[in-house]
Amino acid sequence: MCVQTVGLVQAAIEREGIATVSISLLREITAVIKPPRALFVSFPMGYPLGEPNNSELQQRVIAAALALLERYDVPVLEEYN
Amino acid sequence: MATYNDLSLHVRLFMKGYPFSRYAVDPVPCVRLVKPLNALRVALVTTAGLRTPEQNDFDSSIKMGDTSFREIPNTIETNTLIESHRSYAFDHRGIQSDVNLAFPLDRFRELESKRIIGELNHRHISFMGSIVGPRKLIEKSLPQVTRILREDNVDAVFLTPV
Repeated sequence: MCVQTVGLVQAAIEREGIATVSISLLREITAVIKPPRALFVSFPMGYPLGEPNNSELQQRVIAAALALLERYDVPVLEEYN
Repeated sequence: MATYNDLSLHVRLFMKGYPFSRYAVDPVPCVRLVKPLNALRVALVTTAGLRTPEQNDFDSSIKMGDTSFREIPNTIETNTLIESHRSYAFDHRGIQSDVNLAFPLDRFRELESKRIIGELNHRHISFMGSIVGPRKLIEKSLPQVTRILREDNVDAVFLTPV
């Protein structure tokens, strides 16, 4: 349900004129909810930025997500590799 | 890889029957940035059910989900945050060992100090994402959250589920 909640919160914020990007842990749900920009990650539930105490990996995921902020062909749903 | 098949049968059956399409975003809003990333004021939103030691816990007994939120001050020491998400659909050990896994405030502090982003907002937002019935979320909490972010002149928001 977290993935749905994120999508709904995200869309409400973007509607108010603030650019948004989110991490998705469940591609199937994000594809239905259609928030403006999401980066799907192949990590287990509970691990949206990959691994605890692995700041390098966390930064790589964040960088990939932030790059989507300049995408305007919404809804954007990219996969982190 | 997180797919339906990784979830427990109970969670999977629930999700198969849940009408996600009822909440599909339509039309999809799209904001164009008018500043580069290194000039943006950024706020974080998490649904990891985090709160500060001084704040009330989320209410796990509300069947349709607690739609309230907590404001997390930007000055918080991240290792003092308390995670009490009610969901059994994920392994809590990761976030309990490093809250940045689902609320990457320390990572964004690094981006701020390297001037990759402009600055962090003075507050961030935490929900407990186990919200089965989002009507109250949409009608009550989201107008409050968007007002806060607008008041703070936030340019961009980074959201993480858990």
